[in-house]
Amino acid sequence: MYARILGLAAIAACLAMPVFAAVALSDAAGSYTISPAGSSIRFTIGKAGGGGFDGAFARFKGTIRIDNSDVGRSAVNLTIYPESVGTGQNRIDAFLRSDAVFDAANSPEIQFRSTSVKRTSDTTALVTGQLTARGKTFAEKFTAELGGLKGGTIKFHVTGKVLRSRYGMDVGTPIYSNVVNFDMTLTGKRG
Amino acid sequence: MITNNTNRYGWAAIALHWLIALIFIGQFALGFIMVRIESQRTAFELIQLHKSFGFLLLGLVTLRIAWRLGNAAPALPRSVGALERRAAPLAHFALYAFQLALPLSGWALVSVSMLEIPSMPFNLFVMPNLPLAMSDAAESFWTEAHWYLAYAGIALVVLHALAALRHHFWLRDSVLVRMITPSSDQEME
Repeated sequence: MYARILGLAAIAACLAMPVFAAVALSDAAGSYTISPAGSSIRFTIGKAGGGGFDGAFARFKGTIRIDNSDVGRSAVNLTIYPESVGTGQNRIDAFLRSDAVFDAANSPEIQFRSTSVKRTSDTTALVTGQLTARGKTFAEKFTAELGGLKGGTIKFHVTGKVLRSRYGMDVGTPIYSNVVNFDMTLTGKRG
Repeated sequence: MITNNTNRYGWAAIALHWLIALIFIGQFALGFIMVRIESQRTAFELIQLHKSFGFLLLGLVTLRIAWRLGNAAPALPRSVGALERRAAPLAHFALYAFQLALPLSGWALVSVSMLEIPSMPFNLFVMPNLPLAMSDAAESFWTEAHWYLAYAGIALVVLHALAALRHHFWLRDSVLVRMITPSSDQEME
């Protein structure tokens, strides 16, 4: 389907771009629930001297709503449970869950609520929203790229950079970078 | 004088002795605390500080050994008995060995750790790891080695301090005083 969208896009670009956009959009419009199967939330933090530090959150939930008439009125809500963080090293996981980083016992949820969605191309959008972690809220930007639309399932590839120091998680800087690179695949099921 | 002569230590040897003594004992205390502290954040930061001072210690000890080898070693006072005359160089050799082995075993420990936490002494630069294979088993081995060396090393330091105090208060000779007051030009022939 993705290929078909791109194929259509190429043709539509030659003919009448707005027509294609309207068609693809009406296809995608609707409300989706993020499904853990087919979704992943990964992050990487650079290390001094090269290399990086990878992790992922196993548990999260959320919704994606794509507005039929105005993409800008679309919305994304995402809740991540930091207790579910995994790096492949139990000691590091325990460290991340502790009050050194996420303080998962007292702040069990990390939340993202979009405030604006700006379309940047046929298949990409810039999503701005409020990210709340450990009781602190800041505006963050993520780039969402439509990865596919099939039946009632929509897939986005979402990337963005977050400065962890703002959320009281600056432990380990400058050995570990302050910049957390997020790489998410979010699969939504209609309804 | 900066250098030693055959009777007395120069101020370079004296400064290195006390600076290393302070860091060595401080590192023992820091190591003891950092593995017992409850806050994971404070523990992490104290461990990085312990690593920083460990690398500083390794640098200072290397300098100290070079200085020791390139300088005259002051002779022991005549009053020192035959047994002590034989034991003292062995004790001092052991002290140098511990000063080297402790930071090196710590370096080995962070190098083989599966946590792969880079070493960044005082947040100034990245210290490369020793070329050793990482594994949980190697980490356990070096953790134990570092632990035993620390306790044996601090026991030797206590023995060394007691011997110095014995020289000063009981035997009333110059052994402790000459590690405090540097050699002077007047003594130079």
